[in-house]
Amino acid sequence: MNEILQALAEAFGDQVQVAHKIDQAVLTLPKEDIAQVVRFLKEHGFRILLDITAVDRLERQPRFDVVYHLYHLDLHDWIRLVVQVGGEEPELPSVTGLFAAANWAEREIYDLFGVVFRGHPDLKRIMMPDDWIGHPLRKDYPLTGLGPLPPLVRE
Amino acid sequence: MAAIDEEPVLFSSMKKLSAWARSNSLWPAQFGLACCAIEMMATAASRFDLSRFGAEVMRASPRQADVMIVAGRVCQKMGPVLRELYDQMPEPKWVIAMGACASCGGVFANYAVVQGVDRIVPVDVYVPGCPPTPEGLIEGVMQLQKKIRAGGRPIMPAMLPATEVAKA
Repeated sequence: MNEILQALAEAFGDQVQVAHKIDQAVLTLPKEDIAQVVRFLKEHGFRILLDITAVDRLERQPRFDVVYHLYHLDLHDWIRLVVQVGGEEPELPSVTGLFAAANWAEREIYDLFGVVFRGHPDLKRIMMPDDWIGHPLRKDYPLTGLGPLPPLVRE
Repeated sequence: MAAIDEEPVLFSSMKKLSAWARSNSLWPAQFGLACCAIEMMATAASRFDLSRFGAEVMRASPRQADVMIVAGRVCQKMGPVLRELYDQMPEPKWVIAMGACASCGGVFANYAVVQGVDRIVPVDVYVPGCPPTPEGLIEGVMQLQKKIRAGGRPIMPAMLPATEVAKA
């Protein structure tokens, strides 16, 4: 594990910050590097993309954390990647070219957080109806939804 | 009722007779969506035995059913599906909203869950509970039977013969 992190530091320098949390190593990196870093880790044995998820920090700029979890089959070890994105239209590169498993995970984040993944082959909503307005897991999305309830049906 | 030549004969109007027959032969479209479905299964099983009330023929196809038991929460994406299945049921048809979620959204007062299926289909009987007991659902079925025998919801023109539609 340490060799991989060392090689990573040599390849990417200060761009990628490494922290050792209780359970696993955590990499913090700029969004432009995400595809290269994921490719690097995949080539060094992290062959399973467990999950991609996001966190809405609301008050913070940039507003969102996009979090990747990768697993190393031989070392039985995990690694976490955190990318900060923000702005009016938060966007970052897709990793679907490296992991097919990223496809639905990225669609989910797009659907619920409104984070756009550049290069995704079919970036559309996955959970909410196609014509839905807004992104429900954003902290400023009202719990009861936007707009009034539909009228009652009486026949 | 009157006896003619000591043969048992019943006199009734055709409307009442058909309502009586319908009420005692309800074919539910099982719409199990959540935990209420477990209670619905129990209702149909041996201990509670819904067949005592003539409503045990649970159908997986809406085309063979005349009462839709919506058992559980309906998410926004399921809403149009529910309406389509309801539209596929032949007339006359009825809807039982089983439990708090189907009746009003229940504890799921949020954007993702339909706040009562009466915003999608017309509901005849609301069964309270979270989930309702099998006795509760049976009570709902019996209330519906009572409603059907009493005339119930007016029959949609689509199911009347053409001559009747012209009159109406």
